[in-house]
Amino acid sequence: MAKIIVVTSGKGGVGKTTTAAAFSTALALRGYKTVVIDFDVGLRNLDLVMGCERRVVYDLINVINHEGNLNQALIKDKRVENLFILPASQTRNKDALTLEGVTSVIGELKERFDFIVCDSPAGIEHGAMMAMYFADEALIVTNPEVSSVRDSDRIIGMLASKTLRAERGDAPIKEHLLVTRYVPTRVSNGDMMSAEDVQEILAVPLLGVVPESPDILRASNSGVPITLDEKSEAGQAYQDAVARFLGENRPMRFLNVKKHFFSRWFGG
Amino acid sequence: MSGFLDYFKISRRSSAAVAKERLQIIVAHERGMLKGPEYLPMLQQELLAVVRKYVPILDEHIKISMDKDGEYEILELNISLPDVSTKNSHFRTP
Repeated sequence: MAKIIVVTSGKGGVGKTTTAAAFSTALALRGYKTVVIDFDVGLRNLDLVMGCERRVVYDLINVINHEGNLNQALIKDKRVENLFILPASQTRNKDALTLEGVTSVIGELKERFDFIVCDSPAGIEHGAMMAMYFADEALIVTNPEVSSVRDSDRIIGMLASKTLRAERGDAPIKEHLLVTRYVPTRVSNGDMMSAEDVQEILAVPLLGVVPESPDILRASNSGVPITLDEKSEAGQAYQDAVARFLGENRPMRFLNVKKHFFSRWFGG
Repeated sequence: MSGFLDYFKISRRSSAAVAKERLQIIVAHERGMLKGPEYLPMLQQELLAVVRKYVPILDEHIKISMDKDGEYEILELNISLPDVSTKNSHFRTP
């Protein structure tokens, strides 16, 4: 039986899709059979970030409406064994994402995969609710910035009340905080909240810190999940986060400024 | 140069510290609002209107909260009346 992970944030543009792509790729690289589902109906983008946009034939809504089956809709990643993508539909009809439909798709995927990663759309509308509804664990993607932190807190409230686990009274969804677009120099200048600050406000255990990096734009430009760029700090940060997620003990990296001796004196 | 300016920054509170404090306040407030049933804020407004017919009170003088005690839900209502011993003696409750 698969474990279901939702990647969520409330606010848009904080790195949900980047995280969903990076996380699922890292899980698959470790040998887990993983599927990543784009729940952003009408604004499909995971396919672009994963570099499989030209291979989309059937999508999630087609499967729900029985216009195609799951095998036809699942796109097998060409680089990483065990990795599959289920793209969102570009339809403007948001009602197409029915609870019954999602229930049956998730039910079928659960039998075949180790991990199901659900990439949530921004906001707190239907698509975001569907993405979190079946989750066992949640990655809360937050930028160290006021609006992102506040929206994450709203989402945390919903994970505790508007999901299947909450409705059934099962053990609550296990939450993990991922602070992204982190700039250690700004933190040390006092211009950016630290990961510790964000963690303290949200009261969710910190899974990892992903530094702001030009490599991320370069990776999405080329349709390569950042975890495949082994040289990039952001990619390494995601590898660390996945290792911690799987129970390994890895010290936090990229939290502090790499200080050169002279910079202390000359402010370089 | 920035190192030189940093020296003076110590006396000012950093913007990150301000952000953290503002967030802690708003998040605590919003969590409180979301905790109870949906009608709670409306009930609070209507109670406020009723009390105001007799006593001039401010918004913050009325506190309402919902707690769970075993099987029971307890609605706690706290209204602080202003000092009635002063000139508004006709507002005194029986």
